[in-house]
Amino acid sequence: MADHKISRRTLLTGTAAAGALSLTGLPARAEVNWKKYAGTKLEVILAKGPRGDNLQKYVKEFTELTGIEVESEQIPEQQQRQKCVIELTSGRPSFDVVHLSYHVQKRQFEKAGWLADMTPFMKDPTLTAPDLVESDFSAAGLQYAKNEKGQMLSLPWSVDYFILYYNKELFQKKGVAVPKTLDEMVAAAEKLTDPKEGIYGFVGRGLRNANMTLWTNFFLDYGGEFLDAKGNILTDGPEAVAATKLYQTLLTKVAPPGVAGFNWMESMASFTQGRSAMWIDGVGWAPPLEDPAASRVVGKVGYTVVPAGPKGQYSATYGDGVGIPAASKNKEAAYLLCQWIVSKKQGARLLQAGGGVPFRNSILGDAEVQSGVKMPKEWLQSVIDSSKISKLGLPVVIQVAEFRDIVGAALTATLSGADPAAELKKANDQFRPILERSEKA
Amino acid sequence: MSALTQSTPAAARFDAGPEKELRPPSYWPFVVPALLVVLAIIIFPWVFTIWMSLNEWKVGSPTTFVGFSNYLRLTSDPRFIEAIGHTLVYTVLSVLLPLVFGTFAAVVFHQKFAGRGFLRGIFIMPMMATPVAIALVWTMMFHPQLGILNYLLSLVGIPAQLWVFHPATVIPSLVLVETWQWTPLVMLIVLGGLAAIPTEPYESAQIDGANLWQVFRFITLPLIMPFLFIAGMIRMIDAVKSFDVIFAITQGGPGTASETINIYLYSVAFTYYDLGYGSAIAVVFFLLIVLLAAIMLYARQRMLWTEIASDA
Repeated sequence: MADHKISRRTLLTGTAAAGALSLTGLPARAEVNWKKYAGTKLEVILAKGPRGDNLQKYVKEFTELTGIEVESEQIPEQQQRQKCVIELTSGRPSFDVVHLSYHVQKRQFEKAGWLADMTPFMKDPTLTAPDLVESDFSAAGLQYAKNEKGQMLSLPWSVDYFILYYNKELFQKKGVAVPKTLDEMVAAAEKLTDPKEGIYGFVGRGLRNANMTLWTNFFLDYGGEFLDAKGNILTDGPEAVAATKLYQTLLTKVAPPGVAGFNWMESMASFTQGRSAMWIDGVGWAPPLEDPAASRVVGKVGYTVVPAGPKGQYSATYGDGVGIPAASKNKEAAYLLCQWIVSKKQGARLLQAGGGVPFRNSILGDAEVQSGVKMPKEWLQSVIDSSKISKLGLPVVIQVAEFRDIVGAALTATLSGADPAAELKKANDQFRPILERSEKA
Repeated sequence: MSALTQSTPAAARFDAGPEKELRPPSYWPFVVPALLVVLAIIIFPWVFTIWMSLNEWKVGSPTTFVGFSNYLRLTSDPRFIEAIGHTLVYTVLSVLLPLVFGTFAAVVFHQKFAGRGFLRGIFIMPMMATPVAIALVWTMMFHPQLGILNYLLSLVGIPAQLWVFHPATVIPSLVLVETWQWTPLVMLIVLGGLAAIPTEPYESAQIDGANLWQVFRFITLPLIMPFLFIAGMIRMIDAVKSFDVIFAITQGGPGTASETINIYLYSVAFTYYDLGYGSAIAVVFFLLIVLLAAIMLYARQRMLWTEIASDA
């Protein structure tokens, strides 16, 4: 898409016009033989969400471009992961393109050898448009997509940075400045907390498993690393204890009661009703926060990067990608679809609607794409700033779910007053043998 | 199969005679289809589950036979032991409360009063709703800051509660949802029982001057006991395997405070993909259900005997 700004009207003039747009938008890709696999039928399995919506809404354009028919289904995230694993284990998956959550599935998919290597496709000019090059993906994206041998096993689709949402009105009322460090954040949260009014300084995930994504951001800011060079888990060291103490302070002293059972949904409810002044979570929540039908804080939300810790400032990063099962019989056609999914045009649409953030720098950095973003400018700035301090938010191991459950339960226990160091040690002792067994297998 | 069913009766007729005892029973061809179905969908999965439970069976890695080590691991797994406790507490509460409230509601709705049909209809509505959908509604009703339950409490001066958001209150709060949803079922069953009771015992009780409680305790309750047992049995089976409401509201949290065996089993098998260990949990879980059902049946049987004994 050669830098046309996409307006809503253009898109609504019909698929024919949109299809034509996509053709005129690709003048430099004459070498790619888009029609070579016309008539092929592809099955795509998607996790439910804005990424899946964005694909399904425009996939007709891909069919017009290539003549490839696409059947796709969206399944709620957790069930989608299970279905994929079961089908891939069977050796005969029903899909040609799989939407995967890197932070949960990367290591599992790599070790099991379920994904086809895309490296040769990317080097083939009859298959790959010239603007799709490895170096265009952010470092985190490449870290996720490549295996130890440097093969591209998937194309990075959308990245999720953790950012700080804050309520400008509450900040102004109490005369509090936007915190730059975690210590300042605690002080600010204390000032903002007013239990009599039912208002609290901070809200975030306390529920076991879900809470890990918040905690790891603190852990990274305290200089934590998940694994040592030998692959041992390191989540009971001094950095982890310090991060847990901060987590405990925030969630017990300045957060709403009951936060130990909050997932993102309850946290968001508290924030959108103006009952919590700060919230750290994934970057994708701007659309509901700015939706007058669902939020009382429309236009009052500030967006910024997660404050710095004593050992650095990071944005815990998660993400998803699209891959092709090694067992697929339509790999080339599937690759064309993957390429279209992460194309500049589709990425721009995703970003502009606030439904996700493309891993490709050429999209995020494009002034015209940026000007079409419907979310507040501050939001976009927080995304761009986060991309510069991005660091993977979970250890790349097979047993991510168990890790999140075990350490997450330890964190929840500290919210009832348990000692951080003792809980983390217990969790580590529990998780270490599980990790050793799965890595040995 | 059709050839068999046609030829066998004919063969049976010709064979009639001295070697009668060698003849296969003429009904066996009719049993075969059902037998095959039972084998395929009940026996085989069970045998296979037991087989899996004897293996280290993880998705994506090769399986190895490990004997009973998965079962030994269960005995030292604090999460599993905790889950048994949660399951029992949850089950007992969500059987007893609907039974008590359902019986009370049935007695009330058994009386004739204006608008009874309409109110009965309203009363059974929770039962018709989809569990996951109502679970999500309840989640927001429980919200400590924004939920309507705390607002209602505040109207009568009771301080805000944490409901499903605190380890100590999470199971009672979940039972509240379960009770709200399944009390109508008990009511329907008991109403059926009440309708079948003859009126004579009530008339003689009235003549003897029995009060309302005595009438209920000595006439109604014994006569509806068989119905209560059925309702209790249905509730028990439902409660012990309850999944949707717990999963949608708390996912077993906060921490693991509401993790029942079913939720833990799900995590192990489908989130950790540890199928061998998950199967071992399933086998133990099955034995637990059998045990609970046996206790219920035993109690029922005893009651029958005492009834017969007192009749004699």
